[in-house]
Amino acid sequence: MDMPVHSPVRPAFDASDHPDAVIVNIGPSHPATHGTLQVIAALDGEMIKQVDVHCGYLHRGFEKECESHTWHNLIPYVDRLNYCSALINDFAYCEAVETLMDIQITPRCRYLRTLLSEYSRIADHLTCIAASLMELGAMTAFLYLVMIRDHIYEHLAALTGARVTYSYGRIGGLAQDLPDGWLARLDEILVQYTEFVGRIHGLMDRNRIFIDRTRNIGAISTADAIHWGFTGPILRSTGAPHDLRKDTPYLAYAELDFEVPVGINGDNYDRYYCRMREMDESVHMIRQLVELLPDGPICVDDRRCTFPDKRLVYREIESLINHFKLVMDGPQVPAGEVYVAHEAPNGELGFYIVSDGSGTPYKVHVRSPSFVHMGGLHRLLEGYQLADIIPTFGSVNMIGGECDR
Amino acid sequence: MKTPILDHLRQQFSEATLAHGTVVIETAPTELLTVARRLQAVLGFDLLLDVTAVDWPKRTPRFDVVYHFYSTTHHVRVRVKTRVAEDDPTVDSLVPLYGSAAFMERECHDMYGIVFRGNPDLRPILLYEGFTGHPLRKDYAKEHEQPLVRYRN
Repeated sequence: MDMPVHSPVRPAFDASDHPDAVIVNIGPSHPATHGTLQVIAALDGEMIKQVDVHCGYLHRGFEKECESHTWHNLIPYVDRLNYCSALINDFAYCEAVETLMDIQITPRCRYLRTLLSEYSRIADHLTCIAASLMELGAMTAFLYLVMIRDHIYEHLAALTGARVTYSYGRIGGLAQDLPDGWLARLDEILVQYTEFVGRIHGLMDRNRIFIDRTRNIGAISTADAIHWGFTGPILRSTGAPHDLRKDTPYLAYAELDFEVPVGINGDNYDRYYCRMREMDESVHMIRQLVELLPDGPICVDDRRCTFPDKRLVYREIESLINHFKLVMDGPQVPAGEVYVAHEAPNGELGFYIVSDGSGTPYKVHVRSPSFVHMGGLHRLLEGYQLADIIPTFGSVNMIGGECDR
Repeated sequence: MKTPILDHLRQQFSEATLAHGTVVIETAPTELLTVARRLQAVLGFDLLLDVTAVDWPKRTPRFDVVYHFYSTTHHVRVRVKTRVAEDDPTVDSLVPLYGSAAFMERECHDMYGIVFRGNPDLRPILLYEGFTGHPLRKDYAKEHEQPLVRYRN
């Protein structure tokens, strides 16, 4: 009956490597880390000498599971990678498949995907900032930001039917068009966003406690950040304006006017400020996209991937067969491989997919920013205080679902 | 897409092809470190984005090890592929060149059993200590379970 339970990890160091240090274990289920992450730290007083970062506690075999479902069936799965901005995962995955199938999405779909990507980015950054401020004791700031995020979630639920995991992207289009009054409500939320984020600036930006906890903590240089594979707000906070939306424009980003906010020091404060400014740029982009949004169909007219109209399925045999084949066999994706990356809120989210020409993927690999960031996290932690783990980890915004897949 | 860097890549690597906007270079495992060094030092591919493998059980050599590089100056991606055999799935580690390789190679070692020569730390990262087999290999059954703590009746 008694089976010995082995430790799931083997630390990289032990007391013999650090005879003068105290070795403490933090996580994987620690109330102050919003993510299942284990950090084993060697402490000299309260100074961190060495850390060993372990992830994988949320590993659920995403890539293995993908190999036994049709291309369409993966959409709910990719939602659960970064569940703070599930739509961006959807769109990046769909674009990867569309690239292999050589499909050009419709203009309305392209603008809507861009709009919803930026909307998701706001929700993701709000979550990150709110959680990391709350961990430093700023409960009011947390409630202000999460209130706006909840408005966004409910607003997206009105569009997609789900609060967090939307399953809204489709290969070659979107699940459905905007409901009536959606854009009017969007405008209301953005006005409210501006007011409450303004209050956060007032509460936090020059707050002595906040600055003491974040300024020059977890700092990294541009060269180091690139060496360790950091992308997204962490790389930009070091002063390097690298953003895929500008550098390799996809969707409708080439037609939009926006700036890439950068930091100076690459510390926790700069990461906070970069995210705040990025949300403002996202709002600016959404306002332009609402003006630009064209009428027209949201799905391509291509029977290889788009489901036929339901009325036709019941009336004519061709559409019935088409529907049946799409559900049972999946869309037939030409053999080949492709790597498509979108600028997710945390950094470069890449899908490397390999098809053997059938209706199920041969391989789906996710280049998840969180996982790569965990590989360089020790650079941000070593040399700082034990208590700095919490704000630094919060500013990195590791999302377990995406990191561990 | 900017053409000077593409021309430059073609000069450096005569076998390079372009597929869906990504430059693809296939190389022998022994040449991998040289190719990566040339990409990083001469051509400015400073970001190692991704390391993974693809399993082709019926093919010899069985595995493709796939690397994605990105240049933050040229905004171009390069995919480097190399083939390794099942009985000796060993390639040189890129850890001396890119810090980000450390975790990604650990994951690839977990999932496919590729051995990265020179990576000092190939402990499991997404899996746990004592896990046997490599789950993303095609011959690892999806339903196969090896729980760390036994299920209760």
